[in-house]
Amino acid sequence: MSSISAKSDKDAGAQAGAAALGRHARPRIDRSQWIGLLYIAPAIALVFVFFVVPLVMTAWMSLHNWPLMGGHTFIGLDNYVAITKDTRFWNALKFTLYYTVIVTIAIFAVAFPLALFVEKPRPLNGLYRTAFFMPVVVGFASASLLWAWLLNVDAGLFSPAAFRLGLTEKKFNLLATFDPAFWSIIVMVVWKASGFTMIILMTGLQSIPGDLMEAAKIDGASGWQRFTSITLPLMRRTLALALILSVSGSILAFDQFYIMLRGGPRNSTITAVYWIFTQSFVSFKLGYGAALSIVLLVILVVISLVQLRLLRNPEGT
Amino acid sequence: MAATTTTAPDRSLGRFIGEHSVGLFLSAIFIAPIFWTVLSSLKLPSEARQPPLPPWPTTGVSVDNYVSLDSYGGGLWHSAQNSIFVSVSSVVLTAVISLLAGYGFSRFRFPLKNLFFVMILSTIMIPFQSILTPIFLLLATFKLQNTLSGLVLVYVTLQLPFSIFMMRNAFDAVPKEIEEAARIDGARSMALLTRIMLPLVWPGIVTVALFAFLNTWNEFIAALVLMTDQEKFTLPIMMTAVQSGRFGAVNWGAVQAGVTVMMIPCLILFLLLQRFYIRGLTAGAVK
Repeated sequence: MSSISAKSDKDAGAQAGAAALGRHARPRIDRSQWIGLLYIAPAIALVFVFFVVPLVMTAWMSLHNWPLMGGHTFIGLDNYVAITKDTRFWNALKFTLYYTVIVTIAIFAVAFPLALFVEKPRPLNGLYRTAFFMPVVVGFASASLLWAWLLNVDAGLFSPAAFRLGLTEKKFNLLATFDPAFWSIIVMVVWKASGFTMIILMTGLQSIPGDLMEAAKIDGASGWQRFTSITLPLMRRTLALALILSVSGSILAFDQFYIMLRGGPRNSTITAVYWIFTQSFVSFKLGYGAALSIVLLVILVVISLVQLRLLRNPEGT
Repeated sequence: MAATTTTAPDRSLGRFIGEHSVGLFLSAIFIAPIFWTVLSSLKLPSEARQPPLPPWPTTGVSVDNYVSLDSYGGGLWHSAQNSIFVSVSSVVLTAVISLLAGYGFSRFRFPLKNLFFVMILSTIMIPFQSILTPIFLLLATFKLQNTLSGLVLVYVTLQLPFSIFMMRNAFDAVPKEIEEAARIDGARSMALLTRIMLPLVWPGIVTVALFAFLNTWNEFIAALVLMTDQEKFTLPIMMTAVQSGRFGAVNWGAVQAGVTVMMIPCLILFLLLQRFYIRGLTAGAVK
């Protein structure tokens, strides 16, 4: 998704240039063209009312003490000052970054071999691709509910199976302590998201010219050498894109932690979005939640801008 | 595959078997959780409480889990109706609005065009999770709080950047000569769009509609925040309430049944329209 903005920005720039030239070249403006405004009007109205206005309101609300009921009062930057002292928010952010790093590495470790596997022309490959991709379309809420059941200590699959096979002395509750719970989520997300990254990496692999590989093979380059000196450098853009999609998606993680763990055990798996959700819609500190949202938004926009650079200058440093 | 076996029969055959064993094994791992759930949901409720070993029903097939789910809160069927209403409305509105906007952005020249396009596209960079509070307040101002229509408007807005981008590209790919010929015949721009252009950009519309359906059917946090009335719960919210034990002890059979109901439409649509899905994915990814 994020790549879309990358491209469109560039396109828009090019078009703006072309349009400017067109205006000078043509002496009069064709008014019949203005009907185009009518065609885009519904889209503009929706984006304005449900995106631009809320965005401005978030910034405005972040400067207020804004409870759900009763009046709100302007308090300047007090919310932001409070954020600097909010250790639970910083812990949530730290946990979110930890999760993002681990889950991204895990997804790539699974998706890259899968992409190499399904990229080769081979009978049944379409079937394999479809199978690996199926969990992607089921949605995070469904996947979380499904795995919450599989991971349940009594009625689930893993603990009772391990117990019956004699691997554990008693049924082990995977969701009761941090490490097993955290890694269970990682396994679930890898199952759910690898197919997506696989398809993106596959399109990158397929764009590598076949004769380049042949030439390297004739020159005696080993499989590993071909991978490191041809495949990886030529896939730089695709890798950057897959990486960024995974990172920006993971930073916003909420569904799986809310549904499978309720932020537990002992509030150790509260993500940034989860903390904002709690502050805004459980404690109803709407102004403070808005300030937290702005902080998260800035982090995300910075990541998007870094992404734009990476995608624009594929050959750059 | 037969041709290669003539040069080095043993090695190629071994490789063939090896690769496909890996492929089939991995496919089984990825599909297993889905099958496990669907099969378990058909057990008798007494058996569904037990660990799913084996996954298939052993004491008789029944739909009791689905029936029992209908007794929670507003009922499974009621939530499913809510989900269907929200998803179908969002799909239709998204398709129509992005069709019009794609046409407008691709074929007309008017002031502020590029500014509007960048404005719509740049919303992708901003996480909608950060603007849910004002959306909640805005819907209340419009007397749309706790209404499915309000949720639909929010969902459509979230779909627009991707959809308009797709549709503008679809229109850009249509040669200008086609409409110029029709324009000479005296067709007005709206007639031009519905009669001449629509059949040509149809694949783009299918892609947009498919993404809109999957995203809105599965959306969680906005529905969780905006729909506080049990009567208005969509399936993911309803099922989370069941799984959290909000309606008493957790009935895992009911959870399996609910997850099955949530997954099946997505899987069927994906399997039928796979090539449109991959199109959308790569259109966004490769360019």
